Amino acid sequence: MNAFEYASPTSVDDAVSLLSDSWGETEVLAGGTDLLTLLKQGLTAPRLVVSLSNVKQLSGISKKGGSLEIGATTTLSELVANADVQEHFPALVTAANNIGSTQILNAGTVGGDLLQRPRCWYFRNGFGLFGTHDGEPLVPTGDNRYHAIFGNSGAAKFVNASSLAPGLIALGATLSVQGPGGAREVKASEFYSTPKSENDREYTLKPNEVLTGVSIPMQGLRNGTYEVRQRRGLDWPMVAASVAFEHGGGTVSDARIVLGHVAPVPWFAEKASKELGGKQPNDAALKSASEAAVADATPLSRNGYKVQQLRVAVRRAIEAALA
Amino acid sequence: MAKLAWPGPDRRKNIGARISRLDGPEKTTGTAKYSYDMNREGMLYAKLYQSPHAIAKVTAVDTSEAEAMPGVKGVYIEKDRRGEFPNITYAGDIICAIAATSEEIADEALTKVKVSYSDIGSPQMNDNDPSLISGRDQSKEQGDPDAGFGEADAVSEGTYGLACITHACLESHGQMAEFKDGELYVWPSTQNVSGYAGGLARAAELSADKIHVECQYMGGGFGSKFGADKWGSISTILSKQTAKPVKLMLERDQEHKVAGHRPSAFGTVKIGVKKDGTITAWDSDIWGSGGMGNFRMPPLPYVFTGLPNYRTLGRGIKVNRGAARAWRGPNHPQAALITMCALDDAAHAIGMDSLSFFKKNLHLTDRPEVYAEELDKAAEMIDWKGKWHPRGENTGGSMRSGLGLSIHTWGGGGGQSDCAVTINPDGSVVGRTGTQDLGTGTRTVQAIVLSDTLGLPVDKVRIEIGKNSLPASGASGGSTTVGGVSSSTRDAATQALNALLEKVAPDLGVEADKLEAWDGRIQEIGNPSKGMSWEQACSLLGGMAITKQGSKDTSDGTILTVSGVGGVGIADVTVDIETGMVTINEYAAVQDCGLIIDEKTCESQLYGGTIMGITYALYEETVYDPATGAMLNPDFEFYKIAGLADVGKIKVHLMRGPKYEDRGVVGIGEPAVISQGAAIANAVANAIGVRVPELPLTPDRVLDAISKGGVA
Ligand SMILES: Cc1cc2nc3c(=O)[nH]c(=O)nc-3n(C[C@H](O)[C@H](O)[C@H](O)COP(=O)(O)OP(=O)(O)OC[C@H]3O[C@@H](n4cnc5c(N)ncnc54)[C@H](O)[C@@H]3O)c2cc1C
Repeated sequence: MNAFEYASPTSVDDAVSLLSDSWGETEVLAGGTDLLTLLKQGLTAPRLVVSLSNVKQLSGISKKGGSLEIGATTTLSELVANADVQEHFPALVTAANNIGSTQILNAGTVGGDLLQRPRCWYFRNGFGLFGTHDGEPLVPTGDNRYHAIFGNSGAAKFVNASSLAPGLIALGATLSVQGPGGAREVKASEFYSTPKSENDREYTLKPNEVLTGVSIPMQGLRNGTYEVRQRRGLDWPMVAASVAFEHGGGTVSDARIVLGHVAPVPWFAEKASKELGGKQPNDAALKSASEAAVADATPLSRNGYKVQQLRVAVRRAIEAALA
Repeated sequence: MAKLAWPGPDRRKNIGARISRLDGPEKTTGTAKYSYDMNREGMLYAKLYQSPHAIAKVTAVDTSEAEAMPGVKGVYIEKDRRGEFPNITYAGDIICAIAATSEEIADEALTKVKVSYSDIGSPQMNDNDPSLISGRDQSKEQGDPDAGFGEADAVSEGTYGLACITHACLESHGQMAEFKDGELYVWPSTQNVSGYAGGLARAAELSADKIHVECQYMGGGFGSKFGADKWGSISTILSKQTAKPVKLMLERDQEHKVAGHRPSAFGTVKIGVKKDGTITAWDSDIWGSGGMGNFRMPPLPYVFTGLPNYRTLGRGIKVNRGAARAWRGPNHPQAALITMCALDDAAHAIGMDSLSFFKKNLHLTDRPEVYAEELDKAAEMIDWKGKWHPRGENTGGSMRSGLGLSIHTWGGGGGQSDCAVTINPDGSVVGRTGTQDLGTGTRTVQAIVLSDTLGLPVDKVRIEIGKNSLPASGASGGSTTVGGVSSSTRDAATQALNALLEKVAPDLGVEADKLEAWDGRIQEIGNPSKGMSWEQACSLLGGMAITKQGSKDTSDGTILTVSGVGGVGIADVTVDIETGMVTINEYAAVQDCGLIIDEKTCESQLYGGTIMGITYALYEETVYDPATGAMLNPDFEFYKIAGLADVGKIKVHLMRGPKYEDRGVVGIGEPAVISQGAAIANAVANAIGVRVPELPLTPDRVLDAISKGGVA
């Protein structure tokens, strides 16, 4: 870890004013559970770290209109303990609780979870976001067991690591962001993007913007998450699925199935969502939705098993939402 | 005179009881100081620079920019005996080191080191392809295997194996080194306190008598911490060079890359069986890798060494990864996995319940009776009768349960050990041994033996260990420590007691021969009314304490420790056949332990061993990029270790009774970790109906076996 300056402003405006407009010169610090390892391993070497811990307005959960507003620095523990979240958004509670570590839930924040960098072992061991050595890509012929099975035809083959993002996208959430030009809102479904160069990030947030919060409409959607994890705590899912849909007892409508840990971005399973819509959620419908979810998968040399796991995760996520 | 032989059950108060480890409070409150916690006035921190290339020649090392940094005080550059830069043979090989006034400065200085390389090559990382074999053949044959296969009603054939893993010690390797008045003081994390100094003599340019070693608490070694190692020499040299104390502890990634690997083993086994369960022949072809070093074929066929007809072949593959080191029960987990899985498949081939099949063939082992009793016990603990079903025959649905078993053996006889026991005129007692407590409970075991020998409560004696100035005791490897220290302590304590009895005899008017130490008193044997308190007795020593030295090879030749134990493991698992996830429901570990000194720490070995065994069965493996040879999981994130929620319910049982206990003391740290891989793999095969050939049993391997095996 290289030496850096540290600032702890008390307002979002001040925080934003300290941030550089190019990645890596400055970094935002929330709970630090990801940023500190990135710093220690030299994967980022900023001149300035801007902490959000004294920006009090960024923390907390409140109802506003028909939505639940969650501040970016709300901890994952606060999220899962919140009565409204528990009542309306089991998809998020399951995803966060599955992290299985009290320490990480207590320190990690909602914003940090959404903006954490990929866990790709090539990236984390110094081969860059695209995993190259002397200009040659290592991932296609290397050990890609935890890599992407969708959206992997380009240089980026890592998976987005956030467990909350698929649920938020399925629930139709909106993220709010503040930069030098003021505040803007962006749909969670449009927030992530696959980087085109080593220096890009995995989201559309700009280097001089701060994520301030998340707003989730409380529309009474049924929702659920299912993750396939090898260990019961302190591990990452191999695949995950979050679903949300309208279901009053008859047919399903407004279905959104979003997949996690299978692509460089949270992966909206469009075909599967359509398959489920307009149907009674019976065995046949669940089966056709889960088949549709994996139909276009393009596994790499060592991660074909994820296709099978994903089929199961989609079905079990829908079952969880119906339960 | 008090006898050296172990007392009978009626004369044991502490031996065999449930006693909590004596250093528990220090460890839980953090007052216990490990090597990492040792800080000396004016100390420096050293950090290692490692090669990113797996194969290369180092042509130049330029540390000038690093040395120019404020706070950088010392530089070490690795050279071989000819004074040349070493050839790099794996990614992580050590090239140089920097000592600085803070860890951060040392780290930053490493980024300024410039190393030039030539002849950068492509590494060989595949350890499971028999076409890559380069080592010499190791083979063994008994009887007439071909004739044996001719007699068989069925021949079962399978592929089995386990990946390379590391020792993953929670406390990494390293030491704190300090020169004072021309002598060297070191605080290493080591399994070998008495034998450590010699390894530093060259680096320190001192004879071993001027090198003072201390290790009071130790965070795990598992066979990887016997020597001073390169990093021990480096911190010594840097300390000498800078005239400052230097601490060098490996980082987690370094620990995985350079500090020890358990060799992999893979291969095929063919077994001939008759319908009644008689094994007629065995043929195995095994390959694997100990890195760039030699591969030693696991002892096959394992435990069933009386197999009449067998042929085994073992061959090594060179792989560009860090060196292999002994890993808890060296080669036995590999041998158990290969043997017990192949036998389980043979039982399946003739449609026989595995428990019956194993029991039928116990005459081929060294201790049929022991295994039979242990198998019955373990079967009862896991409810084998109620739960067992033929392989793959269980109710539908995605969750499939199964049982699997394995048996194992180990030596564990006591290693060389000396102990000095002093009885002071004020009644205080101390036992001194240059041994180490790796967390296994050595200190506690010695206190139990010492106190019981003198008829005192455990808290009335003190134990000093962990320094090479104390009477020498062997390295803690091969489960030899408990047998060694309990024998030497018993020997020294008995001699000291006898010297005391001689002093007391005239006062009591009873011959020394007829006296005993019991219940805090010296008394006529069996007659508390004719005696005096321990303190009174000791006061008769006047101004002179008694010190006696004892040894593992005891003063009168009495044998207190023996070698050779058998143990059994049975696993109960559930497999989600849709996701490939394996869940451990229960694991029963049954162990023959000889004379148990402390039931609690003995059980702890079985619990800990089982957790470690479940970990290599389900999770652990080193992963390398095939093109660069870089280790991709040098961490605890993707180098996965079981957590408490992952290990299910562990049930342990220690075999007791004269038949087991009269033999003497045996170490069981290693047998505790041998059977889990095989038992769990067999349970998974029983659950899903097909064999998953290789450990760890990760979901991708399980799903692969399921899809190839056509499981419905
Ligand atoms: C062993 C382990 C297992 C884990 N398993 C899971 C898992 O299964 N699923 C999962 O989802 N997560 C998992 N996590 C990750 C954990 O949830 C994240 O590390 C945590 O949520 C990050 O939050 P933080 O507040 O600590 O972020 P920080 O480390 O502070 O920040 C993370 C990143 O986000 C940026 N950032 C943070 N907040 C803002 C903001 N408001 N505006 C702009 N930028 C910001 C930082 O600059 C940094 O790049 C695991 C972590 C560990 C160590």
